[in-house]
Amino acid sequence: MKARGIAALAASVTLAAGLSACGSGGGDDSSPKSLTYWASNQGRSIQQDQQVLGPELKKFEAKTGIKVKLEVIGWPDLLNRILAATSSGQGPDVVNVGNTWSASLQATGAFQPFDDATIAKVGGKAKFIPSTLTSTGAAGKPPAFVPLYGLAYGLFYNKKLFADAGLKPPQSWQELVADAKKLTDPAKKQYGVVMEGASYTEGAHFAFMFGRQNGANLFQGGQPGFDSPQMVAGVKQYVDLMAGQKVVNPSNAEYLNDADMLKDFAAGKAAMMMIQSYAPKGLAENGMKAGEFGVVPIPAPDPLPPGGHKVSSHVAGINIGVFKNTKNKDGALKLIDFLTSPDEQKILDTQLGPLPVVQQAYNDPKFQTPEIKTFRDILANASETLPMIPQEAQFETLVGNTVKQLIADAAAGRPVDDQTIQSRLAAANKKMQSGG
Amino acid sequence: MRESSAVRWARRVVLTLLTVFTVLPLYVMVVSSVKPLRDVQGAFHWIPTHVTVRPFVDMWHTVPLGRYFINSLVVSGCATVCSVIIAIFTGYAVSRYRFAGRGTFMTAVLSTQMFPGILFLLPLFLIFVNIDRYTGITLYGSRLGLIITYLTFALPFSIWLIAGYFDTIPRELDEAARVDGAGPMRTLFRVILPVAAPGVVAVAIYAFMTAWGEVLFASVLTDHATRTLAVGLREYSNQGQVYWNEVMAASLVISLPVVVGFLALQRFLVHGLTAGAVKS
Amino acid sequence: MSRTVTAPGEAPSRAPGAPAHRVRRPRRALLPYLLVLPALIAELAIHVIPMLVGAWMSLLHLTQFFIRNWTAAPYGGLTNYRVAVDTNGPVAKDLIHSFLITVAVTVLVVALSWMFGLAAAVFLEKPFRGRGVLRTLFLVPYALPVFTAVITWRFMFQRDNGMVNALLSDELHLAHGHPFWLLGGNSFVAIVVVNVWRLWPFAFLTLMAGLQSIPGDLYEAAAIDGAGFARRLRSVTLPLLRPVNRVLLLVLFLWTFNDFNTAYVLFEQPPADADMISIHIYNASFLTWNFGLGSAMSVLLLAFLLVVTLGYLGAGRLRSRHA
Repeated sequence: MKARGIAALAASVTLAAGLSACGSGGGDDSSPKSLTYWASNQGRSIQQDQQVLGPELKKFEAKTGIKVKLEVIGWPDLLNRILAATSSGQGPDVVNVGNTWSASLQATGAFQPFDDATIAKVGGKAKFIPSTLTSTGAAGKPPAFVPLYGLAYGLFYNKKLFADAGLKPPQSWQELVADAKKLTDPAKKQYGVVMEGASYTEGAHFAFMFGRQNGANLFQGGQPGFDSPQMVAGVKQYVDLMAGQKVVNPSNAEYLNDADMLKDFAAGKAAMMMIQSYAPKGLAENGMKAGEFGVVPIPAPDPLPPGGHKVSSHVAGINIGVFKNTKNKDGALKLIDFLTSPDEQKILDTQLGPLPVVQQAYNDPKFQTPEIKTFRDILANASETLPMIPQEAQFETLVGNTVKQLIADAAAGRPVDDQTIQSRLAAANKKMQSGG
Repeated sequence: MRESSAVRWARRVVLTLLTVFTVLPLYVMVVSSVKPLRDVQGAFHWIPTHVTVRPFVDMWHTVPLGRYFINSLVVSGCATVCSVIIAIFTGYAVSRYRFAGRGTFMTAVLSTQMFPGILFLLPLFLIFVNIDRYTGITLYGSRLGLIITYLTFALPFSIWLIAGYFDTIPRELDEAARVDGAGPMRTLFRVILPVAAPGVVAVAIYAFMTAWGEVLFASVLTDHATRTLAVGLREYSNQGQVYWNEVMAASLVISLPVVVGFLALQRFLVHGLTAGAVKS
Repeated sequence: MSRTVTAPGEAPSRAPGAPAHRVRRPRRALLPYLLVLPALIAELAIHVIPMLVGAWMSLLHLTQFFIRNWTAAPYGGLTNYRVAVDTNGPVAKDLIHSFLITVAVTVLVVALSWMFGLAAAVFLEKPFRGRGVLRTLFLVPYALPVFTAVITWRFMFQRDNGMVNALLSDELHLAHGHPFWLLGGNSFVAIVVVNVWRLWPFAFLTLMAGLQSIPGDLYEAAAIDGAGFARRLRSVTLPLLRPVNRVLLLVLFLWTFNDFNTAYVLFEQPPADADMISIHIYNASFLTWNFGLGSAMSVLLLAFLLVVTLGYLGAGRLRSRHA
């Protein structure tokens, strides 16, 4: 009888052993000769990123003897993966982040600060274009990240559609709206503007940019001010393209990827598109040649509303940082130094589409095109940094989702007036206060 | 018994409507999987402009579907085997022994089915991480963690079903085995299990389907290397284009094994339900 | 959730079979405990302990500053609960809205699934040509993995290129223009339709099994008494299906109410009109990185489910005692 009890116990033990046999996989040995790198999705697909980064990381291995394990992570998953890595302490050594998240992620304390000694190891502060350094962490603290890729918003317009209608690219927001109206013809399935209506990040970026044009301050002394009259005006400026002016196809409310936008613009179904500087690659893939579109800065209302700023973009881009849990800090910094070196910047940026973050890279004639000149000009003269405070990520999700919902309402034919916008933003504001 | 014509007509109408409702999405899945990309990006057409098998070829390259397939197979397979074995032992104890705390045990186990997954997702994640930190056993991001999680998802219903099934097996069989000198474990394996095979099969189907289709925990507890199909399928919309034809082709291939398995074995499930759940 | 949620039905009543002499032997008394041990450990590890940890987290200010070392998060008492139920604040307003939407979706889904399931089970009871084919076909939606089924629906619900609008507007001319299904008010319809499509086969399967256990001579007796189809349904079938229904309705209820997968795959972030509560709580935690508040909401949800389930089972027991 005892034996039978033991038999049952033995069965349980076997079961447990079987479980562990099934579960092999995951986990890797750490050593100074290896690194794990989480790259963000910059190219047209995750595969393309792997194809571009793979040979460059081989070069790095040949130079330093450090083998880099690369994982390219899509944008919908990246922030959650970083949060999971932060709370588990099991993450990569080196990671790309959206630069607007810098202060929020810095607040978790999970990232190696780039004090003067550390930043010297990746080439020193002077190596980077100054404006890109403004979005690497909260003011007064050593940055948690350094810039890797630069991006800026621009207004892309279809040259043929504009010429046929006898129009010139708009210089003010009013002109943009007027042009868009002329170029909208629902019967021909042609609209003035195409937007990524279901993307909350786009919503948050435009809320910030147009809010600033109208003189809004997102935060004052750490307190959110999402529902100020200026913010309401800014959000309305964007949402009204669909709601009041009806120059956007209501279908755009379902657009979640750039792919949807690029396809419509390349096909001439929309005359204008506000998108970041990586767009030309995607347009080419959709059959639109370089000469067929032009880029100008996103215009502001003229005259500028009281307190308004001429903001055409936020300082967009990708930063790179080192997890504190790394077992190969030196190697991690070497990798960052390598990826931000002028030569690598030239290779990566021409193949993947963003702008270099180091001055020297621009010597290359490949970066002397009119579009890139426009974007550099926007970054240098007409862009502002999103607030570098820990609550920034919550701003993006709360306000971005509010904008997304407003666009969905407009598309479904529900009225979207000042009062609707004000009450929704007020709710987001209160959530921010009670959540923080 | 004769049927009135009203009943006959009602039957025809109801069954036709239910058939249309059931079939439409299945039709869309199948027909879209053989369409060229241009067809699925434009307005919907009932018939493809031309039939192509390209999506079934390309889908393996667009995302590493093969690896996800293996992960899903390993995870669901192991979770099924383990939960069936555990359910047999537990069901046997509950059906054949009166022990202190039996009622409480059953109630407690069954009530865990009520827990919203969202309540224990994050704590489970933190527990897995800490187990790794202090013991070195990797649960987060490994298949093992997912297997343990999934086996418990199917367990309560499985125990309930198996215990109910064992109850329908006459005690006389046990007694006869005991007289022949068999101990309790021998009785279970030699006498009861062969009779209870339909119940065991039913539980296995249920456990496998549960694990194969789970999304929430898989998306948080897996990483690059251990990702399952439920998470991997999302990656098709993460490309420069949304390859809807490949999504549909992959969905078809992912669904086929479970659907075929389920339909082949469904009579066991009905049998198991009748014996287990439906009595009382 | 894709898993079936099952009633904590009473432990099945045993035949008074377990021989008394076993109790007198302590070693053998150990065996049942050994047998249930693996199940006990697994349930404790994956369900019970994490639930208790979750309840503890609901008392903490667990924000982004502490996710790296959550043991350092300050104790906040019932603050999170206060935020979650303070009806003047937007957090509680949204939570209540999401709760009401979830209740409405659940009621519709349970009712429709049960009706469809019963209709199919009753009409397929008698043999006719093609019965086996239909029975198999009706079970397919239940057998499909949730995510493949729901992603197909998502594809069909697209405004411009979806099959639903092609059918309703272009073929049948039932709708004017192309309405949205994944946004706005229609998203409520979408989530109900998808859930019913996935769940009614389960009701069908269970009711079919239940019908098989009804002895045929009862129908014959009723028919001899001159009862028509409707009478037989009302006075024979439904009363005898009561025990099956009791479990089935509870399962369907818990299943729909706790659903995360369907809403998540269909919308990623559901619009307000289809804001199912599980995904609402998920978003409240992950979008604002406030995991303490999210845990408090989950605990409230569990409390609600507990009350409803116990109340339902209690009421059922009372009724069967009086019957």
